[in-house]
Amino acid sequence: MKEADFRDNETLELFKKSGGNILMTTIDAIIDWGRSNSIWPLTFATSCCGIEMMATGASRHDFARFGIEVYRASPRQADVIVVAGTVVNKMAPVLKRLYDQMSDPKYVIAMGACAVSGGPFFYNTYHVVRGVDHVIPVDVYVPGCPPRPEALLYGVMQLQRKIRLESMSKPRQTEELK
Amino acid sequence: MDNAALKERILGLVPEAEFVENKQFLTFIIPPAKMHDLARSLKSEADLAFDYLFCLTGVDMVKYLEVVYHLESTSHRHMLVLKVRTTDRENGAVDTVCDIWRTAEFHEREVYDLMGIRFTNHPDLRRLFLEEGWKGHPLRKDYVDEVNIVEL
Repeated sequence: MKEADFRDNETLELFKKSGGNILMTTIDAIIDWGRSNSIWPLTFATSCCGIEMMATGASRHDFARFGIEVYRASPRQADVIVVAGTVVNKMAPVLKRLYDQMSDPKYVIAMGACAVSGGPFFYNTYHVVRGVDHVIPVDVYVPGCPPRPEALLYGVMQLQRKIRLESMSKPRQTEELK
Repeated sequence: MDNAALKERILGLVPEAEFVENKQFLTFIIPPAKMHDLARSLKSEADLAFDYLFCLTGVDMVKYLEVVYHLESTSHRHMLVLKVRTTDRENGAVDTVCDIWRTAEFHEREVYDLMGIRFTNHPDLRRLFLEEGWKGHPLRKDYVDEVNIVEL
């Protein structure tokens, strides 16, 4: 991906319109810088995307360059849940509970076709949730089957940019699904 | 025991068994009534000693339902596949083998859950994966789910 393409992000422009005074924006900048460079993911993988997520964490691609190296085994210590794989109807309540147990602010990356929309293979069945956004609110969608580690890194970088635009004057509202 | 000898041995035990040609494993179709007795002799007789049931599968072939048993002897290193068929889709039942190979207990619960084949004398024939109140058996060819499945 070219540098120019990465810079072009309409949502980013939209977010930047939010107002704030000088003191607040300075504090925000420091806090957001710190938070966006230390996102701890939850160890949560339901299928083959999990293997690719591990590859992203391993030395060749190295998640840790972006500060998200520490996979937490407990949702209470995690900032982001990377939903890597198919979520079935029986898994959905578990996923919802994990998400609820994470402390705010919390983020969700839907990784791969299954988490985005139910997947290329199993969507037309009795047991698959067609997109994890039916269960928990998603911040970044990373398509692919499974996505390359570069794609996941790109998704992570998008999430970081999203975090960098947050402000203390307008705290992030975790949207509740109807 | 090699496959030729094993074939003669099985046909000696169950003359009605139907041998299936050109398969990866030595394969027989066994009449349902004979299955349990055959399984017991396969396990107990010293020259056969099939002590390991490594797979038990249910298949819906539309005309009939089938249960497939993959067996191995860990001492003699020979393998065998047995198939049992039932044409009754509503109340099709096969004798359980979980009193012979304990591992069959969960396998049979899974087959019952997803294919709806009943196993007589099974100690605890409940659904394994799906909820208790689930209607139907979703891996059957004629399963209808109007909410989740789009017919193409």
